[in-house]
Amino acid sequence: MSSSEDESMSEVDEQEEQEKKTKSEGSVLDYIMSLESVPSKLPPHLDLMRTRVFCNNDAPDHTETIQYSGAYAALGVDNSIRLDKFCRNFKVQVNRLTEDDIEFDMMGIDPALANAFRRILIAEVPTMAIERVYIANNTSVIQDEVLSHRLGLIPIKADPRLFEYPENAGNDKNEKNTIVFKLHVQCEKGHPRITVKSNELKWLPDGSELPAEDVKPNSGSKPRTFTSFSCSQDSLPEFSTNPIAPKNLDIILAKLGPGQEIELETHAVKGIGKTHAKWSPVATAWYRMLPEVVLLKEVKDELAEELKNKCPVGVFDIEDIEKGRRRATVANPRACTLCRECIRGGKEWEDRVSLRRVKDHFIFNVESTGSLPPEVLFTEAVKILEEKCERVITELS
Amino acid sequence: MELGSYSDQSKSTFSLADEDHTLANAVRFTLNQDPRVTFCGYSIPHPSDNRVNIRVQTTGDPAREVLKDACQDLMLMCQHVRSTFDKSVNDFKMSKTVKDMDIK
Repeated sequence: MSSSEDESMSEVDEQEEQEKKTKSEGSVLDYIMSLESVPSKLPPHLDLMRTRVFCNNDAPDHTETIQYSGAYAALGVDNSIRLDKFCRNFKVQVNRLTEDDIEFDMMGIDPALANAFRRILIAEVPTMAIERVYIANNTSVIQDEVLSHRLGLIPIKADPRLFEYPENAGNDKNEKNTIVFKLHVQCEKGHPRITVKSNELKWLPDGSELPAEDVKPNSGSKPRTFTSFSCSQDSLPEFSTNPIAPKNLDIILAKLGPGQEIELETHAVKGIGKTHAKWSPVATAWYRMLPEVVLLKEVKDELAEELKNKCPVGVFDIEDIEKGRRRATVANPRACTLCRECIRGGKEWEDRVSLRRVKDHFIFNVESTGSLPPEVLFTEAVKILEEKCERVITELS
Repeated sequence: MELGSYSDQSKSTFSLADEDHTLANAVRFTLNQDPRVTFCGYSIPHPSDNRVNIRVQTTGDPAREVLKDACQDLMLMCQHVRSTFDKSVNDFKMSKTVKDMDIK
């Protein structure tokens, strides 16, 4: 059998290739892969299993990604993704971009990487959030700790890249690692109740105004405060034109009855979502694989009508073919939610329609909380993964 | 931190502090792509320990070098992802401004 000979030949080639690869990178490998006896492609059914998840009526099938480079070595097919191949196949297509959310397609990437980006977006991209609250007076019904927690969750419109982590400066609270806000609201007696919103938080570019120790009467010097700013933050070019404030000015913090008052000062510092979710820069960051709907047989006339009506999201459409006959077509596979309604109703439907997902095509959604635009968040996440790799490399060498 | 033997450097376990599935799973993917690797895997010994153990066994090359190459590959992939992403975002912004101009 010539075909089995080819296979055994290619296996030998594979071993040789590995030995030679250590001596001379690339060229020998490319030569071997270009030989006629080496099949460059998998048989179609195997390729389909490799690249698609099959969403069957009972359970999805072929869900795993085949990462091992030698998975198809016996067939003479190289399953490794070398860098040049990755660079050739990787594509990004932006579908929607607004001030605070982005949707884009990422093609030709393994879920291991796509998931790393998602995890980093949620837990490791830094932002600024309120960490310390100094309460001078709180006579409202909301308790100090509850109020502090609410303050912590307010997204702050300040670029975290311009700040340092507080750990870097010891316990020093300076203009490089702390943003100070003041909140002082009072509901006077005889007035109706008032609602305190996040717009009442006033930025103090010169740092804290609260004295950190008891003020001695008649002492001329300024009392020590909770921060030690060497210069005013609004004198820095980054903030002079773009003052720091909460991103949303209509977040309700508390309600005050007549005679009640809140006076406090808050310090926002840089942190990551792993420590506390208030530092997470995204409201959501998620992806889904691209749905693929394939009609295995022609679906005509009444059946086509039935199929179109089965789908609740309008994936299918009907087109007219000759002599008043109609045929179902797949018009909008992206809308498919994989409810599998179209393959319910007997074996014959499963034979007509095949629901699949493309394993290396991700529809990525990032919704920012407002500290950074969503497209910047994604590039920051990729940078963080690069830094992690760099750390491991320096540790190993 | 590397745990292996001096006589046979082709098999080692690497213990990385302050890392989790994010890096370990991505590195496992790039390690798997390397034809020199015969086995690789990772585990998190205890969920409250901030640490992953990555096991690498190779056909003969030092496991340390193979892991280093895998990290290098991952880094280059990330750089490519970043440049491609930036380019398509710029393209999208450009096409959007052109469309806006058409409306006016």
